Amino acid sequence: MLKSLLGGFSTIGRHVIDGTWRLGYATRFFALLLLRSGLSFARFGLVVRKVYFSGVLSLIIILVSGLFVGMVLGLQGYETLVRYGSAEALGTLVALSLVRELGPVVAALLFASRAGSAITAEIGLMKATEQLSAMEVMAVDPIARVVGPHFWGAVISMPLLAALFSAVGVFGGWLIGVVLIGVDDGAFWSQMQAAVDFRHDILNGVIKSAVFGVAVAAIATFEGFDAPPTAEGVSGATTRTVVTSALAILALDFVLTAFMFTGQ
Amino acid sequence: MNRILMDLWVGIFVVAGIGAILVLALRVGNASATFDVADTYTVYGDFENIGGLKVRAPVKSAGVVVGRVANIQLNRQTYKARASLVIDKRYQFPADTSAAILTAGLLGEQYVGFDAGGDTESLKDGSVLQITQSAIVLERLISQFLFNKAAEGSADSKQPPETP
Repeated sequence: MLKSLLGGFSTIGRHVIDGTWRLGYATRFFALLLLRSGLSFARFGLVVRKVYFSGVLSLIIILVSGLFVGMVLGLQGYETLVRYGSAEALGTLVALSLVRELGPVVAALLFASRAGSAITAEIGLMKATEQLSAMEVMAVDPIARVVGPHFWGAVISMPLLAALFSAVGVFGGWLIGVVLIGVDDGAFWSQMQAAVDFRHDILNGVIKSAVFGVAVAAIATFEGFDAPPTAEGVSGATTRTVVTSALAILALDFVLTAFMFTGQ
Repeated sequence: MNRILMDLWVGIFVVAGIGAILVLALRVGNASATFDVADTYTVYGDFENIGGLKVRAPVKSAGVVVGRVANIQLNRQTYKARASLVIDKRYQFPADTSAAILTAGLLGEQYVGFDAGGDTESLKDGSVLQITQSAIVLERLISQFLFNKAAEGSADSKQPPETP
């Protein structure tokens, strides 16, 4: 009995120490990544290739999801608003919820599962097949040559993808609200324009998506770099990337929302 | 994949992303209204009570938006609220224009309404509005109404015994 209790305690202790150690290692990795990313920018072609892999190839899923999220918002929002006789406020509802919250958050979640997992798997496999060690032997810094471009490619892609998500979502809401249901076109846009502020809503949304991009990119590259060099290790790291990214996105979203949209 | 084709796609992607931000700014948001702030002049209005007036609330004349509330401060000498109103240069108002804080609809947001006067001179940058009307605070209105009713009631009940 006592032994199992002590065993439980020591398990907790081990987890805490492990977690703290990993956090420190991740911070050191992140600092090193930022320090050496000058080299990645010097060879910008590498970053452009990674923008292609994480940004352009995520376009389809982002655009289609954005369209459907906007359409669902249009349908559900109309159902609720029409009860209060203010169906014209549909544009405001769709645009504000997309630009402030859903655009950055859902795009970041999709991005983490579409591109973040791929980044982790690629870096993890390069480590497992000892390509990273081979680079070090050839005096090529793997952080500047492999990790940096992945990181900056994801950081550049994320705000653009979130903006596209929001824009397509607003179009989807317009499609359902105005074309299908028949809300007045002029009122839809003018009420939206009256309610959505450029600095307060749109710019804050872009800032949010940029923060999520940094978070997802940092988690994905770190998990790949830290993955145990086995098939199991890489698969575990990929799973951890998606789970940790999702949690980080939602937690950061709460913190950022509390800073940006309250207290005025 | 061909390197040039890849660069092309990345270019298209970046242009589309920046285009989406622009579409959001111009079509969804009111950036066009926020950006052309070059040609404006500022006038000040002292109000007894601004109620729920917020910074960035519109200034309307005859229902047309002519400016925005830029700043609200408490005047430490007079204990009145001083609102800075940024007005579009295209709209010139007579110097004796009056400002009132009104509410859009029953539950709508509050805005500043301008009523043009008849003066031949116009408001200039930095001038102070002479005639202002405060926001209507619903609680005060109700309590005033109740007091009046009570006063009337007591007057009515007192009146009959005194008259004979």
